[in-house]
Amino acid sequence: MLAFMHKNQRYFHHKDFQKPHHSHGGGGGSVGSKNTDTREIKIVRKVLDVNDTIAYQNRKLFREKGVFVINVMSSPGSGKTAILVKTLSHITPKIRCAVIVGDICTSNDADRLAGFGAPVVQINTDAFGGDCHLAAHVIRTAAGNFNLDEIDLLIVENLGNLVCPAEFDMGENLRIVVLSVTEGEDKPLKYPLMFRVCDAALLNKIDLLPYLDYDRKAAVQNILKVNPQMPVFEISAKTEEGFDLWIEWLKQKRHKKT
Amino acid sequence: MHEMGIAMQIIEIAVASIPADLKNAQVKRVNLKVGKLAAVVPESLHFCFQIAAQDTPLCDADLNIEEIPLKVRCTDCNVEWTAHEPVFVCRKCNGTSVEMLSGRELDITSIEVVDKDA
Repeated sequence: MLAFMHKNQRYFHHKDFQKPHHSHGGGGGSVGSKNTDTREIKIVRKVLDVNDTIAYQNRKLFREKGVFVINVMSSPGSGKTAILVKTLSHITPKIRCAVIVGDICTSNDADRLAGFGAPVVQINTDAFGGDCHLAAHVIRTAAGNFNLDEIDLLIVENLGNLVCPAEFDMGENLRIVVLSVTEGEDKPLKYPLMFRVCDAALLNKIDLLPYLDYDRKAAVQNILKVNPQMPVFEISAKTEEGFDLWIEWLKQKRHKKT
Repeated sequence: MHEMGIAMQIIEIAVASIPADLKNAQVKRVNLKVGKLAAVVPESLHFCFQIAAQDTPLCDADLNIEEIPLKVRCTDCNVEWTAHEPVFVCRKCNGTSVEMLSGRELDITSIEVVDKDA
């Protein structure tokens, strides 16, 4: 048997963690002792190759159809749906929108987003084994529900999760991360990949600041440590404070790409 | 949280890479590069890999994860360094245009295979 890789140990978060042992002797490969002729086969392939390929195809399709796509991500409860409801009310019907909403269960978010003149498709990932993110193939299937010729802006509300969605390209033009002032100021440092891969951050629920001991400067500074050139919009989906700047930025980005 | 999906992808790629001339191939080891900034927890990946590898030619395989450090470069003054914290501000000139040279890898580099019928 191959020895366990000691160098892996430094990678583990829990010092007492040990890699589970494989079965020794019972079945499989340890039976034939003459099988010592090991061949190494070079592969050099990205594990998420399949997803990246579909994302590339999505991006090509969306570009051909003139559809601008944004992927909105955050932890659960930061106010993604509320932000999108208010965003839709600002930009429709002048900009023709469609929404794909991802959740593990329920169609509650889709229900909240309906009624703004934008078709909404709800993805429940429990059908895919309770997935923690939306991947490119799911977006490809969901986008098939829309007539893309009649859509200018496709908004994807990802699952509430600051870890996994950051790894999965869907073919979007922009990635938006939402952070709310009821979360820790250090979240950008705890989930750096998400804040690194996104194009803008929305700091939501600022109407609650008078009731909280929240250091908004520290939060913004932490975002900028991870992504120094990231625009940060401080907003309230309840009062719509800060929405003018966010909406204007979004419109400009869409205008430049299409 | 998505480590099971990643484990399944690893197994799919590995199985597809087994040479056709091996009649009864068994994968002994999968060599994987994982960047420090990749959203993968190695313990979870090992755990999921063991489950997903059952009844496949990888059922007895080791998953060898090589951690790739987060290396960055300031595009203003060209200084390069290994970042131990997720701070993308140049340590020399305080420049904010810092590009990532490595640290996002999630790549299979090779598999090691034996032929049980050899």
